[in-house]
Amino acid sequence: MSETVGPDSAAWQGSFWLPQNASPMTSGQDALFYFIYSLSVFFFVLVVGFMVFFAWKYRKRKEGESTVDIHGNTKLEIIWSVIPGVLFIVIFIWGFFDWIKLNVVPQGALEVRVVGRKWDWLFIDQKTGAETSDLIVPINVPVRLTMSSADVIHGFYIPDFRINRDVLPNQYTVVWFKAEKAGSYPILCTQYCGTKHSQMVRYVKVLPKEDYDKAMIAAQGAGLTPVELGKKLFAGKGACASCHSVTPDKVRLVGPPLFGTYGEMQNVVHSGGKKETIKFDDNYIRESIVDPNIRVVVGYPPVMPSYQGQLNDKELNALIEYIKSLKK
Amino acid sequence: MEKRDMGKPVLFADMLSSHHDTGSNYLNAKKGFLSWLFTVDHKRIGIMYFVAISVFFLVGGFFALLLRAELMQERIVNATANSYMISADHFNEAFTFHGSIMVFLVIIPSIPATLGNFLLPLMIGAKDVAFPKLNLMSFHIYIVGAIFLVYTIAFGGLDTGWTFYTPYSTETSTSVVAAVFGAFILGFSSILTGLNFIVTVHKMRAPGMTWVRMPLFVWAIYATSVIQVLATPVLAVTLVLVAMERLLGIGIFDSNLGGDPVLFQNFFWFYSHPAVYIMILPAFGVMSELITTHSRKSIFGYKAVAISSIGIAVIGFFVWGHHMFTSGQSALATVFFSFLTYAVAVPTAIKVFSWVATLYKGSISFTTPMCYAFVFLFLFLIGGITGIFLGAISTDVHLHNTYFVVAHFHYVMMGGTLIAWIGAIYHWWPKITGKKYSETWGRISSVVVFLGFNLTFFPQFIMGTRGMPRRYYDYLPEYYNFHVLSTIGSWVLAIGLFIVLFNWLHSIFFGKNESSSNPWKAKTIEWTDTAVVPIEHNFEKQPISTHGPYEFDELVKPVKTGGH
Repeated sequence: MSETVGPDSAAWQGSFWLPQNASPMTSGQDALFYFIYSLSVFFFVLVVGFMVFFAWKYRKRKEGESTVDIHGNTKLEIIWSVIPGVLFIVIFIWGFFDWIKLNVVPQGALEVRVVGRKWDWLFIDQKTGAETSDLIVPINVPVRLTMSSADVIHGFYIPDFRINRDVLPNQYTVVWFKAEKAGSYPILCTQYCGTKHSQMVRYVKVLPKEDYDKAMIAAQGAGLTPVELGKKLFAGKGACASCHSVTPDKVRLVGPPLFGTYGEMQNVVHSGGKKETIKFDDNYIRESIVDPNIRVVVGYPPVMPSYQGQLNDKELNALIEYIKSLKK
Repeated sequence: MEKRDMGKPVLFADMLSSHHDTGSNYLNAKKGFLSWLFTVDHKRIGIMYFVAISVFFLVGGFFALLLRAELMQERIVNATANSYMISADHFNEAFTFHGSIMVFLVIIPSIPATLGNFLLPLMIGAKDVAFPKLNLMSFHIYIVGAIFLVYTIAFGGLDTGWTFYTPYSTETSTSVVAAVFGAFILGFSSILTGLNFIVTVHKMRAPGMTWVRMPLFVWAIYATSVIQVLATPVLAVTLVLVAMERLLGIGIFDSNLGGDPVLFQNFFWFYSHPAVYIMILPAFGVMSELITTHSRKSIFGYKAVAISSIGIAVIGFFVWGHHMFTSGQSALATVFFSFLTYAVAVPTAIKVFSWVATLYKGSISFTTPMCYAFVFLFLFLIGGITGIFLGAISTDVHLHNTYFVVAHFHYVMMGGTLIAWIGAIYHWWPKITGKKYSETWGRISSVVVFLGFNLTFFPQFIMGTRGMPRRYYDYLPEYYNFHVLSTIGSWVLAIGLFIVLFNWLHSIFFGKNESSSNPWKAKTIEWTDTAVVPIEHNFEKQPISTHGPYEFDELVKPVKTGGH
């Protein structure tokens, strides 16, 4: 059986209500949260208190006992309209000022492009061109993320940084943060995007400056053989690994397993419904990456997104070489 | 019989009263399945809705239990889409069914279609709704629409969530077209019912029933109907556009064809936010009736409560953007929507305060309906207060699309609307069925439902503030303990709801006959009429409204001038 994880395996680093805050430019959000929380507790206790007190004090003692004919009290009604009204305005303005902070990116922020797709993230460091699947950033430096999606809408959410923004196709959205504590923080998808929506989990790795520089050099992938580059793309930029297994046990994920399939005969179904047996060769792999749903292996749903325009020739060749190498 | 010396032309009344003398009422006036299926009697239509909605509530609830069971399983390292008791795809289909069945087939029609239908003409002293045949047609349309939605369960499934967000809904291989067609058809049922009720309230009130003598339930149903008529067509058009995009490739929402996926969200929430008020306003109306009757008091601030329903209905049209704070809509629009959201919160707060103030110096009976009213107040208060966190832009950023939102709307929609619905069915049960039910089991059910509900949904607030996103098949292990609590709560809640169901079934088959036509000594027309169960045409003679809806016998004018 698979190994299970108990709740203790990740020690909770936060308060009862909120996770730790590793990007405190957002601390205003937490203060507002606790302000509303205190008001909520106060008014909840007040209203429920009155309800319970009245319910007990004025419970029916005998049938037909008289009650007092009160139709309202203008003064009281004005008071209980104005007080919440004023508090709401305070909360609104407070939230508004924090909202401005969340939207104004400081000068000189590190630029990172973010691409969301089913079902993984890709981060492209704009200075070095390094492409990674986990977001690697230096500590204490503001980072600006310019995000778009290759397919459907995703949501980019880092609870420990208090940022959350949808990632749209053919359009950019922007968020920023400045991590002030080294560590690894989960990135979660908050906009429902299909089968593996909940398993689209990656991490922000906040590193000291020198470690960050080393990681960027390693991520640029200079001097790799095609198979090595293919392997890296398969797990990283291409996000192929989220749907295709490459292990000898041929685990069935969303898409067909790829171990030992190169050169084998495969039953495929055309988008028009026609069935055919073809050889799983270089051309079929290339077609399946660029225009995946023309011919789909029988028994699998036609859900793979197209990588047209996202991978260059060198990268396509590398992926093909890597898939060729998956054999005993 | 002696009452007839009032000089009325009574031939028709004679005929009806002779029915009454032989114990004839709307339930036994005609027999046979077809006499129900093709009835134009608003009371029978209300009951048919009640049965249909209850069945769908069971189906939707089954999917909820299935979802909770999956989430209770211990988390597996490097889990795949097939690691747990059901696959990720089936989980996604299950939450879509749960959401769309509960929203479109249960909560939206719950109070208006069952109690609105049954009570509206009785409360205003009318023989039926304005267009009885249209009313029957609305029911038939509801059933046809429901069949389309349920069809998607059996064939192909649907995995878009009840919100049908594009571009996912135009890309997925599941049966989106059948589902949106179902929701489209259901929309017409809603529109026609709303139209019927508006005309009924305007044209068919009994002599003497001025607008300020209408029971607050009628005000609430009226405000609801206005929203139904104005908002639902927008949903219908939006869903047609989705279907056209899927079938014909027209670029409305698909950005590859020059469309805009956020436009869909604008259209969708332009309906679906007002729809929240379609769901909750009738519950407000129910609350005003239950609290006054069972505490023998006039409502505190009749006009404020009545007008705030209309206020909520109007402002409710201008807050849809608060569902899109993080969607990439303009940052400035977000600010306006946040402000307007708080504007709609004030009238809601006024209502809650008024209900609590109504209890003051009353004579409160802890009957089953009143117990549900207390449960409603408690749960709705939490649901409303947590909305304040979501209305503030910066805190919403952290909470958007998390379990906090899930818990918030369950507290409002289920803790509010469905609890009020159950309380209301208990309250009007003697009038609807002519039977008594077990008060003991009624009260026990309210306590079990209350405990189960809080155990299910309160842990979800904590998960949400800690960053657990919604619609998750798999999650980080730190949320595990809360999921376990929530799942156990869902079982307690299910037990509570089954107690309600068995109590009702027991009453129907084994319950004693109700002997009083007005067991709660209420003052609204449906109770003051002499029939225990209304006759087929509601009243033997035209009732006349001579007093307000809450002028109970027990009321005495205060000695000092405290009131106005």
